[in-house]
Amino acid sequence: MAEVNTRPANPESRRPLSPHLGIYRPMLTMMMSITHRITGVALYLGTLLLAWWLLSAATGAKAFATADWFMASPVGRLILFGFTWSLFHHLLGGLRHFIWDLGRGMEHPEREYLAQATAVGGVVLTVLVWVAAYMVR
Amino acid sequence: MVELALPTNSRPTVGKTWPRPANSKDIREFRVYRWDPDDTANPRIDTYYVDMEDCGPMVLDALLWIKNKVDPTLTFRRSCREGICGSCAMNIDGTNTLACTKDMASINGAIKIYPLPHMPVVKDLVPDLTRFYAQHASIEPWLQTDTPKPEAEWLQSPDDRLKLDGLYECILCACCSTSCPSYWWNGDRYLGPAALLQAYRWLIDSRDEATGKRLDNLEDPFRLYRCHTIMNCAKACPKGLNPAKAISEIKNMMITRQI
Repeated sequence: MAEVNTRPANPESRRPLSPHLGIYRPMLTMMMSITHRITGVALYLGTLLLAWWLLSAATGAKAFATADWFMASPVGRLILFGFTWSLFHHLLGGLRHFIWDLGRGMEHPEREYLAQATAVGGVVLTVLVWVAAYMVR
Repeated sequence: MVELALPTNSRPTVGKTWPRPANSKDIREFRVYRWDPDDTANPRIDTYYVDMEDCGPMVLDALLWIKNKVDPTLTFRRSCREGICGSCAMNIDGTNTLACTKDMASINGAIKIYPLPHMPVVKDLVPDLTRFYAQHASIEPWLQTDTPKPEAEWLQSPDDRLKLDGLYECILCACCSTSCPSYWWNGDRYLGPAALLQAYRWLIDSRDEATGKRLDNLEDPFRLYRCHTIMNCAKACPKGLNPAKAISEIKNMMITRQI
């Protein structure tokens, strides 16, 4: 059977879109921008969790016990750890953007140092907070 | 809007593997994006082998070698072969750059070549830059004045002239704009790094008298403010310019003019 051309005849309307995100080399500053967005969304969810914890404390002992049980469970701890990291990563990312908004630190290699500081600083601060929390417990 | 997957008609398939050159000790593999407007098929990735003993050092040399010796249908733009015309801008080894100034020795493994990202493809490595040029035109890249013309040229102090360095060198190759995820998702409303760098070039020109009008034109949630300092533009620019910094300066001009 002969092949039927179902595409419109106008070549402009059937031009393909060239590949983009899938083929672009991951740049550190680009990855930091993407994680800044993702951690921003995660902070909304984390804030909901915090609100649940506070509401349960205001509601009564039974409700608080449920919330506390979840937070203390391994899954709850993991989520809280992620929430802490999101908070610090997003905070440091915000400071980085503040510096860039002043028109500073945008040249090479300063912009790379700032991105690296965000990536490393977020993890370091998160671990510090958790170590401190377990020590005072 | 953000679109992670390509439209179904744009997804590349595995293409043809072209024969290896005989009797060569130094062969490099190239994977090149192909699309033929006279064909109904999807784009494909063809594999070529280039004899490095018979080829110059730059990626453009290899593309010309392929076109001359293997496959005359391979289509790409090129002109000056020395980084000043901006014609051979494409995505090489994952980043946008000029094929003529990209040294093959700086790339490991097979050399992957795509057209500039997230653009309509005319053929193979040739993107349609119509909108890109229209955006450049929209910032009115020429001197605008109200005062009567001087008898000779418009004068400018050496210090004021110095402010144009790092801006006037732009060759409009589109490497920066097509490296920008914001431009990928909102290229219909966001002007992109190249046009904004040129906008800044005229905003800080001491001879230009349309600064207020130029800023009014950019005061828009999309045209200027879709820049999120992702910095791909500054990293991609083959002339070593910094569009991200120029955009940041425009944003600061927007604020300072309100004080």
